[in-house]
Amino acid sequence: MSTYLRYELVRTFRNTRFVIFAFAFPLVLYVVIAGPNRHVHDLGGTGLSAPLYFMVGLATFAVMTGAVSSGARIAAERSVGWNRQLRITPLSSRAYLVAKVLTAYAMALASILLLYAAGIAMGVRMPAQDWLAMTALLLVGLVPFAALGILVGHLVSADTIGPVMGGTAALLALLGGTWFPITSGFMYDLARGLPSYWLVQAGRVSLGGSGWGTLGWLVIAAWSIGLTALAARAYRRDTRPA
Amino acid sequence: MTATPPPTTSTRHALAIELSKLAKSFRTPDGPVHAVRGVDVAIAPGETVALLGPNGAGKSTTIDLLLGLAVPDTGSATVFGRRPTDAVAAGAIGAMLQTGGLIPDLSVRELVTMMASLYARPMPVDDVLQLAAIDDIANRRTNRLSGGQTQRVRAAVALVGDPELLVLDEPTVGMDVESRRGFWRTMRSFAAHGRTILFATHYLDEADDYADRAILMARGRVVADGPTTVIKAMVGSRTIRATLPAADRAVLHGLPGVISVDRHGAAVILTCSDSDAAVRALIDTYPEARDIEIAGAGLEQAFLELTADDAADPAGSLPQKEPAS
Repeated sequence: MSTYLRYELVRTFRNTRFVIFAFAFPLVLYVVIAGPNRHVHDLGGTGLSAPLYFMVGLATFAVMTGAVSSGARIAAERSVGWNRQLRITPLSSRAYLVAKVLTAYAMALASILLLYAAGIAMGVRMPAQDWLAMTALLLVGLVPFAALGILVGHLVSADTIGPVMGGTAALLALLGGTWFPITSGFMYDLARGLPSYWLVQAGRVSLGGSGWGTLGWLVIAAWSIGLTALAARAYRRDTRPA
Repeated sequence: MTATPPPTTSTRHALAIELSKLAKSFRTPDGPVHAVRGVDVAIAPGETVALLGPNGAGKSTTIDLLLGLAVPDTGSATVFGRRPTDAVAAGAIGAMLQTGGLIPDLSVRELVTMMASLYARPMPVDDVLQLAAIDDIANRRTNRLSGGQTQRVRAAVALVGDPELLVLDEPTVGMDVESRRGFWRTMRSFAAHGRTILFATHYLDEADDYADRAILMARGRVVADGPTTVIKAMVGSRTIRATLPAADRAVLHGLPGVISVDRHGAAVILTCSDSDAAVRALIDTYPEARDIEIAGAGLEQAFLELTADDAADPAGSLPQKEPAS
C-alpha cells in the first residue's frame, strides 16, 4: 500500500499541467490581488490586513478546487480503462479511496503552505495556534470535497468532467459564501447546510471567527460520510469498459 | 468443516475455471442484448485455452464475468473453486483486458513496481521487465511508448502478480508480426511454470499455434470445444477462386478436397476441406484455369456455417433479468 501511495503521489506531482493549476494559479491570483494592497491594514473596515484577508480566502479556494480537480484525474484514468485494470488486482476499494484522498490532501496541504509562505512574505503575522487551528479545520473541511471529486470522477466522462466539476465547485463556493459574506435570511440557512460554508468559516478562524461549533462539525461529518459512501459505491459499480 | 488447505493443494483439486449455465444480457437503446446465453466451460489447471469467435460472440463479456467485472444474470463463474472477486483479491488472476492504456507520468519500471506492490507474492520487477521484453524501455515514461510497447507493458502488468491464471482478451490486436511473435514467446515461457492461460482471439492461427484447446463461441454460446487441431479442421476451410468459364460443375465438385462449388459469371469458387489437393487436381483437370486465388474462409464465415442451425433460436429463451448496472 505504501509503495502504491508513493507512486500515486509521484505521478500527481509530476503532472505539470495539474501542478500549475493546483499550485501556481491560486498563488498568482493571490500575488495579483493582495500584492498591490499589501500595505492596507484595515481592509474595508474589517480591521484585517489585505494580505491576511486574501490569503485566507485563496487558501479556502485552493483547497476546494484542488480536491475537486482530483476527480478530473480519475475521469482521465477511467478513459484509458485503468479503473478496470485496478479492479482485477488485489487492491481493495477502501485502499483505493484512501490513496486518492491522501493524494488530494497532499496537494491541498502543499498549495496551502505555498499561500502561507506568500502571505508571510507580505507581512502576515498570526499567533501559532491560529495558524494551526485554521490549517486543521481546512484539512478536515476538505474531506467532503475530496469525496465529491472521487464520486464525480467515477460518474462522468473525461470530456464532460471539466464543466461538471467547475460548475459544482463554483455553485458550492457561491452558495457557501466564498465570494461574498452571507449573514442572514434563507441564503444563510441554506449556506449553513453546505460544506463550502464551513470551509470558509475554517479560514475565518484566523480573521477572528469562531470556528465551527456543533452545527459545523455535524454538517461536515454528514457530508463526509454521505459523499464517501457514494464515492465508494460509484467506484465499486464502475466496471464497464469506457 | 476442515481447515482451509494451502493454496497449492486447493488449486490442484479445483478446476482453474468453471463456468456453469452462465448468462448475461445488457440493456441498450435498441432493447436487451443477450451477450452470453448459457455458457458451460471447465478448464483444468495448466491448460492453455483459446477462446475463439467473431466480434460480438460474447468473448469479452464471458471474460468480464470470470474476472468479476460483471455479475451474471444467471449461472455461475468460479476460478480455482472461488468466486471471481475472491480469486482476484487473493492475487490468483492476472489479466490483460481488450481495451486499455496506461496511466501517464510514471516510468515503465515505476508503473510495474507500483502494480507489483498490490500483490502478496509478486515476481521480482526486473524479472518481469525481462520476461515482457521491456527492460530496454524501463526508464521511459508510459505516455511516450509506441502501441506495441504499450501492449508489452500491459502484459507485464498482467504478469507481475505471478498469477495462477492469466486471462488475455485479444492481446495482440494491432501488433505487427514480429511483436506478436515476441508476445507469445513471453507467454509461453510464463505458461511453462504450469500456469493456466485463457486468451480470446479471432485469429485461428493464433489459437492453433499457442493453445492446446480451443473453445468456439458464437452469438453468446459455445458452439465447439476441443483440441485446436480438431477445431482448426472444422473451421479452417479455404476457398479457391479461378477464372474458368468452360468448367463443368459436377466435375469440379468431384475434385478431391472440394466441399462445394459456386459460380459467379466466368469465375468459379470452390470451398475446400483440403485446398492443396484441390488446387493440384484443378490444374490437372483444367490447365486453362487463370487468376487462381486461395484464401482462408475466415472465422466469420466458418462460424456462420457452424451456427446456421442456431439462427432461428429465440433470443428470449433465457431469463430476461435486467443486469445490475
